[in-house]
Amino acid sequence: MKLPYSWLKDFTDVGIHNVSAKKYAADMTMAGTMVGSWESPADEISNVVVGKIVSMERHPNSDHMWVCQIDIGKDEPVQIVTGAWNVHVGDLVPAALHKSTLPGGIKIEKGKLRGVPSHGMLCSLKELQLEERDFPYGAITAAALLNDYKPLDPEKPSIPADIQPGHKVFGPVVAAKVLECATQSYGVYHTCLDLGDKTACPDTTCQNLHEGDMVAYNTKSDAICTLADLRAQQAEFPHCITDGIFVLNEDCKPGDDIAPVLSLDEITFDFDILHNRPDCLSIIGLARESAATFDKEFSLPKPQVKNTVGDISEHLSVEIRDADLCPRYSAAMAKNIKIAPSPRWMRDRLRAAGIRPINNIVDITNYVMLEYGQPMHAFDYRCLKDGKIIVRRCTANEECTTLDGQTRKLWENTLVIADAEKAVAIAGVMGGENSEITEQTEMIVFESAMFDSVSVRTTSRRLGMRTEASGRFERGVNCEGCMSALQRACQLVEELGAGEIIGGYVDAYPNPKPVRTLKLEPERVSAYIGAQIDREFMVKTLEKLAFKVEGDNVIVPSWRDDMEGMADIAEEVARYFGYDNIPTTLLRGETTKGGLTRRQQFNRKVNDACNAAGYSEAKTLSFLSPKAFDKICLAENDVRRQAVVITNPLGEDQSLLRTTALPAMLEAAARNYNYRAPAIHLFEPSKIYLPKLDENGKADPHQLPDEKSVLVMATYGEDFFHLKGCIEGVLSMLSIPGCVFTPCKDNPSYHPGRCAAIMNGDQLVGYAGQAHPAVLKNYGIGTELYMAELDLEVLFELVDKDRFYQPIPKYPASTRDLAVLCDEEIYVLQLETCIKKAAKKQLEKLELFDVYRGAQVAEGKKSVAFSLTLRNPDHTLTDKEADEIIQNVLSALEAEYGATLRA
Amino acid sequence: MREKLEQILVKALEEVNAADTKDTLEAARVKYLGKKGELTAILRGMGQLSAEERPIVGQVANEVRAKIEAAIEGAAERAEAHELENKLKKETIDVTMPGKKIVFGKKHPLTTVLDEVTDIFTGMGYSVAEGPEVELVHYNFDMLNAPKTHPSREPQDTFYIDDEIVLRTQTSPMQARIMEQTQPPIRIIAPGRVFRNDEVDATHSPMFHQIEGLVIDKGITMGDLKGTLEVFAKELYGEETSVRFRPSYFPFTEPSAEMDISCFKCGGKGCPMCKYEGWIEVLGCGMVHPNVLRNCGIDPEVYSGFAFGVGLERITLFRYKIDDMRLLFENDVRFLSQF
Repeated sequence: MKLPYSWLKDFTDVGIHNVSAKKYAADMTMAGTMVGSWESPADEISNVVVGKIVSMERHPNSDHMWVCQIDIGKDEPVQIVTGAWNVHVGDLVPAALHKSTLPGGIKIEKGKLRGVPSHGMLCSLKELQLEERDFPYGAITAAALLNDYKPLDPEKPSIPADIQPGHKVFGPVVAAKVLECATQSYGVYHTCLDLGDKTACPDTTCQNLHEGDMVAYNTKSDAICTLADLRAQQAEFPHCITDGIFVLNEDCKPGDDIAPVLSLDEITFDFDILHNRPDCLSIIGLARESAATFDKEFSLPKPQVKNTVGDISEHLSVEIRDADLCPRYSAAMAKNIKIAPSPRWMRDRLRAAGIRPINNIVDITNYVMLEYGQPMHAFDYRCLKDGKIIVRRCTANEECTTLDGQTRKLWENTLVIADAEKAVAIAGVMGGENSEITEQTEMIVFESAMFDSVSVRTTSRRLGMRTEASGRFERGVNCEGCMSALQRACQLVEELGAGEIIGGYVDAYPNPKPVRTLKLEPERVSAYIGAQIDREFMVKTLEKLAFKVEGDNVIVPSWRDDMEGMADIAEEVARYFGYDNIPTTLLRGETTKGGLTRRQQFNRKVNDACNAAGYSEAKTLSFLSPKAFDKICLAENDVRRQAVVITNPLGEDQSLLRTTALPAMLEAAARNYNYRAPAIHLFEPSKIYLPKLDENGKADPHQLPDEKSVLVMATYGEDFFHLKGCIEGVLSMLSIPGCVFTPCKDNPSYHPGRCAAIMNGDQLVGYAGQAHPAVLKNYGIGTELYMAELDLEVLFELVDKDRFYQPIPKYPASTRDLAVLCDEEIYVLQLETCIKKAAKKQLEKLELFDVYRGAQVAEGKKSVAFSLTLRNPDHTLTDKEADEIIQNVLSALEAEYGATLRA
Repeated sequence: MREKLEQILVKALEEVNAADTKDTLEAARVKYLGKKGELTAILRGMGQLSAEERPIVGQVANEVRAKIEAAIEGAAERAEAHELENKLKKETIDVTMPGKKIVFGKKHPLTTVLDEVTDIFTGMGYSVAEGPEVELVHYNFDMLNAPKTHPSREPQDTFYIDDEIVLRTQTSPMQARIMEQTQPPIRIIAPGRVFRNDEVDATHSPMFHQIEGLVIDKGITMGDLKGTLEVFAKELYGEETSVRFRPSYFPFTEPSAEMDISCFKCGGKGCPMCKYEGWIEVLGCGMVHPNVLRNCGIDPEVYSGFAFGVGLERITLFRYKIDDMRLLFENDVRFLSQF
């Protein structure tokens, strides 16, 4: 919500110029009405004044520049050189003098232009950072000058270079030489043209004509031709551009500071209005808060209409058919409407507040909306069949052509304003074209109504139309404010001389809103805030905000629907007491245990263990693309394909919640691979979302999914055994014993020969292995990547909570190395299990130290070498005892796997 | 004889003093004091001397021996020191050469900051609660007093699974879940992932993290809220940090506030980091709305409390001066290895 400071001053005397805009913004923000930013165009403009062109001469060294003498209200005129063609003697123009500044930090100093001194610059709209929208009269019309003609093809000019006055250009268009050009009235120039054998004296709006110019003259329409008239291209007339100096049409004189002349001295504050304060979407609401913040008087004059004619009941009837969606509908009328531009002050304020001025009637509706926060609409009375307004839900297939010229098909039950026959507006959103205010409008109806916020919101969303009005209805409009806004609109019609007010109002308000009363409990409010605040302060604060305090009762103003109870009163009191003035205290009362649960500590340990193993933590988003299942080669019937589906995703690629954390990790790996990272070691403790399945095994969108944690790891630049070693280390740090890596050939995401299922007994803990080449191809990773997934829910259950101290051995150990020959197919894990079983308790440590295939080993066989550490806790093992154990081991290996001691 | 002894002494001392290694010293000892040494030879020749001369020369000879032995002892220490010096010199390495690479994994910056925040609050007696990221509209909005028309419910802001299930847009539904399950006193924080329908850019992500805080007890005041969050800000950003509380609006708190901290870059003077305001917004907070307490079965006439929500990404970006939020989720190892 934009607040032009001059408008605020209509209601309260908050002296910004005394306290500075910064202080105003800061204090308002700290009292709860946040100022996002503010701007004052004049701050950037200095030493730019109104100048009057006294004389113009062509520049001696340039074919397109003019040397102007400019009256700037001093004794002597100053000389300024300009390249623009649209100025004439007598024009008032913005002149940036020596040492002036323009918006955008531009500095102007005196200098020489092709040898001629220039003491400043004449400014265009653009150079003042204004738009034609702000000053429509500043638009420039340019004639096509034949002396400026540059043929597209030099071989074939369409206009001969030596064309003379009277020569035909085409059809009724002939060449003509400007003998004279003088400003007639603003924007209209009287010319005298030499047509060779005769003369013509047309008036023109073309601003770029000067004595001696050759133009194209249409003898039929008595007009000087523009580029469009000649159907010519810009390139053919390089200087025929609709840009030039901003010739002023304002009430001003040479030497005046330009900022006030163009109303650039306004300060406009842009507020971020909180959702619970729709009343502050109005100048009056903001003025009330401002006055309370700075402890100033606030006055809201009651709008008055001096003269009225007739009575509205003779012309108009209003019927609310659907009062649930329209609690109140009031209307007023005016006749003998004279459509015209609204006065300068109104246009300036509208523009400052971000609304485009249109005409006096439309501008009044917008002005009142901004001032009172009450959206208004004006209908052309002629278009209301039978003088009837009916507020109703629309019927099936009803259509409405809105003000923007689009015909919109309406959803059934959309609330419309209709006459006896047809919809004339979509309630609260936009007016209809059929009842639009036009130049021919003679009699108008002002609407000031309250529409249901949900209904307006639904309609504006469906139609994709968000307007200033719909936005206000959505956030809630005050039912009790309809009449005063209507009166204000009528007052403005009268003040602007835009028409005559017809007496009386129509006000359909079947169920007036009850007044809300709250209890004032000063002790409770003080205790809640935690500061000693006396009752008097509370009462004063509430009264400044238009609450009435009667005894212990607080009567809530009609526009404060957000006020429900003690806590709301506490907020009003606290924000004017100052949040920063509330003394800070620390919690007292019963102590609480606090701290992390065992599971939360476990989660931290997982991270620490992975870090210790050299893996860095990644964080990926929870979304998943439906294509990801194929990319990681899941089977068609894999249950992981059943995922939670987002109905309104950002895109297809983020339309699911992940059921597997592999794709995100593979994407992270691929990204690093593409950045040419030589190696990565990444892990993520990831959430996965496993939907409840319906009877057909499909994800059920009507139930919350199970959310589980998994640990994903990925590395490249290493081998399988590095990853396995890291996982074993992590498990050891987490005190999880007994996990075994067993060969797994059927996990489709992994290399069938390089994948292990990690088992604890019969329980699956996870997988580790090399990503399947097809998966790597799908992610564009051109190197071997190893990855693992571990179920953290399972791991947590496996933590050994009873880990106790083992005595340090007293007796020395014996170490025996053992190399056996066995079939290639036998896994080391099988041999190890066998050895452990045979050696029993006295085997302290078993280490694989070599696997050999080759020269001395028969085809299909391998030699596997272990180092066994044997120890008896009660005595030193004798050689004999050790030999016996080894013998047992060898017998077992031979019996079970046919493995023999390698000679 | 006597002159000869003195000549030996002079020569011996000269050689002993010149010896700078154990070997040369030993050679000198053998030469003079050894079995075949010069002094020994003279002592052997003592028999030829007269009885009067013998004690005198003997005394001189013993003196000479003692002096040489003393000199040797002194020289031995010197030689040892010298040899050690040589050894150290030889063993000198270029300590400026790089260390052997030992790869440590790094914590994600979000985790580092979250752990710090968690430790601050657990130190004040808070527990940590976790809850579902796929959440019922009931908890995400209804129980939290969010008006049916509140724009945050719009599909432009919220991801919907069906009409009643959303990806939680905030960690605040944890407030309702905890209050339903627990009797006061309650002191918890609830960190976790939240989701908003925002396209990814430098300051937005469709998924990010919040840390919710909730305290419910008898007699909790806004002063307690301020005090608690001030401690938090100082712990996280340093003792010199000051805070301010700005009135704001959230459906589930009343009064509501935004907490700003003094800009840690310029200390409040104004700089591009704080957009020249001197303050940086870090969290939203407020007194738990009586309607929310009531919805959760807690009597607002007896209990009061406060709640706050911190954006983890926001405080992490500030903490490490990271200028683009996307970096947090791209997992570029060049980024991750910096922390």
